[in-house]
Amino acid sequence: MSDTVNVSGSLRTRLTLTLIGGAAVLTVLVFVVIRGYVAQIAQQGQDSILAASVSSILDAAILREGAVEVDFPYASLSMLSTDADDRVFYAIYQDDGLLSGYDILPEPTAVSGAATVHRTVDLDGTAIRMATAARTLIGADTRTIVSVSIAQTQEALAVTLNRISRNVVIFGAGFFLLTVVLSFWATSTTIRPLRRLANSITRRGPDDLSPVAGPVPNEMAPLVASLNRLMGRLDTSLKQSEDFIAEAAHRVRTPLATVRSHAEATLQRVDRDENRMALRAMIRAIDESSRAAGQLLDHAMITFRADHLEREQVDLLEMVRELVIRMTPVAQMKDINLHVTGVDSVVATGDAILLQNALRNLIDNALKYSPPESEIAIQVMAHPKPRIEIRDQGPGFPPDEIDDLTTRFSRGDNARGIIGSGLGLTIAQDVAEAHGGTLTLSNLPGGGACATFSL
Amino acid sequence: MKFLLVEDNAELANAICARMRMDGHVVDHADRIQDAFAFSETGDYDLILLDIMLPDGDGRSFLKQHRDGRKDTPVIVLTARSQVSDRISMLDLGADDYVTKPFDHEELQARCRAVLRRKAGTGQGVIELGNVRFDPVAGSLTVDGKAITLRNRELRLLELLINAPGQIFPKHKLFDRLFSYDEDVSENAIEVYIGRLRRHLEHASLRITTLRGLGYRLDHE
Repeated sequence: MSDTVNVSGSLRTRLTLTLIGGAAVLTVLVFVVIRGYVAQIAQQGQDSILAASVSSILDAAILREGAVEVDFPYASLSMLSTDADDRVFYAIYQDDGLLSGYDILPEPTAVSGAATVHRTVDLDGTAIRMATAARTLIGADTRTIVSVSIAQTQEALAVTLNRISRNVVIFGAGFFLLTVVLSFWATSTTIRPLRRLANSITRRGPDDLSPVAGPVPNEMAPLVASLNRLMGRLDTSLKQSEDFIAEAAHRVRTPLATVRSHAEATLQRVDRDENRMALRAMIRAIDESSRAAGQLLDHAMITFRADHLEREQVDLLEMVRELVIRMTPVAQMKDINLHVTGVDSVVATGDAILLQNALRNLIDNALKYSPPESEIAIQVMAHPKPRIEIRDQGPGFPPDEIDDLTTRFSRGDNARGIIGSGLGLTIAQDVAEAHGGTLTLSNLPGGGACATFSL
Repeated sequence: MKFLLVEDNAELANAICARMRMDGHVVDHADRIQDAFAFSETGDYDLILLDIMLPDGDGRSFLKQHRDGRKDTPVIVLTARSQVSDRISMLDLGADDYVTKPFDHEELQARCRAVLRRKAGTGQGVIELGNVRFDPVAGSLTVDGKAITLRNRELRLLELLINAPGQIFPKHKLFDRLFSYDEDVSENAIEVYIGRLRRHLEHASLRITTLRGLGYRLDHE
């Protein structure tokens, strides 16, 4: 189980981008709406002044002896003056003829009733706002229609609109920036429980398969529930397989031990050479199968543990010394001297059980291939990397097979007659690699094998 | 030496007991933890051989109670498990050593001797014959009060011979006891060790006699 996860996109990015995108759309929308609304209000303002101006002129129109007289007050036009010096045009029509004013204004279309009509017209490329109203004047025997149009350029209005627009833009940008900040905050708040869950699971030891107990948000409950179920199943199956391995070992080894003990006892009682040879062959076969069974189980355990290294501080020198004490009685049976050298302590980080298993296999190998009354030198070094060198005075590794010896079940040509399963070096190499180290096999110039286990 | 064997498999227990008695050891056998306690309370054992999986409990609980009772009889665990963690926990619980089933009887003997030596329990089974004093546990030999250093195989050979002076040991019997089953040597290799032992015993009142076609015999002058 490595760190290969099929990653596609990021919740955090997606959430942040969605929030920011939404904020951008909202900001533009608010800008358009406010600007439109403000323009409408400003236009209404101009329109009502224009209408007032028109009606004040109309009020001043009187019909005297069949002729229309308009003596409109100055204020009628001065009320239209603006900061931007907008130009004002007026035109007074009697029936369909221009009575007074500018003839550049478009003539009023049929105006009905007393309503004032507003429209925007184009005058030499400038947009002007025009208000038109009409009134029917009734004399002694005549009736005539007077209509008045007042038009004004929209400079001041544009200035006001621009100013308001600028303010709206500043306000919108501020609103947008605030939303961006808020969306980052909202995202990290939303993501935090996920992160907390991931952390609490990552920090666990390899053997901790207990359910997740901490509180999680409602939406994550189904995920955590299925995670807990998965861990429960894993825990059960691991326990079952561990129990199974122990039980299998017990079932296989106990009868083998019975057979071996009987064979050994019988060997003491028989004298005929062929019987002795048969019994010796039997004992060898038992040793072979029990060793193979043991190493297969060890190998299975190592393959499992290599994925869940239980790292701790390990003093390699102390570990080697303890192993050597354990193995000395066996070494002494062949009068082999196990000699350990190393400075005070060589501390490395690793899985103690795996390291011990690997080193035991390497020393075991050296013991098996060493001639009687020889020496095995074990050197523990701290620099440049923690490493352990095991040198024996045996026949050495077969030079043309040295690279293949760590392959599962491969045994050197010189292994004939020596009990082994061909898994010892594989186990040592697997453990070294699980710790990011190497196992190097070489032959010593003066004869003998050298296995270097470095982390 | 006196052993207590705690093992629930009757066949295996019989085989171990038979093999041990062949070497002149006294072995009591218990097949349950309960019996093991009864035996260990009454008998004065040099060493306890303890199986782990027992019908009325885990051998480890016996180990713990045994140690809590401040008994210092050394315990060697016979385990059928192979996991290192299991072995470590047994050593933590106060076992002195362990052997994995199936075990080599000679290896078990070697481990027993090593454990007894560590426990400073030397002096048991010391053999004195003429001017020779031999302590098989400590592995020490003195001739006329002078200490002689023996290699392990020389020591085991001497132990076999000195336990039965005057008895003829065929070459192949000695060979089977001294060499492991995967050692590729001929039976004549035994002559090398006999030769060395003779040199060590030069000034002793013991003689190793070669009986052509029959074997070897240790004679006491």
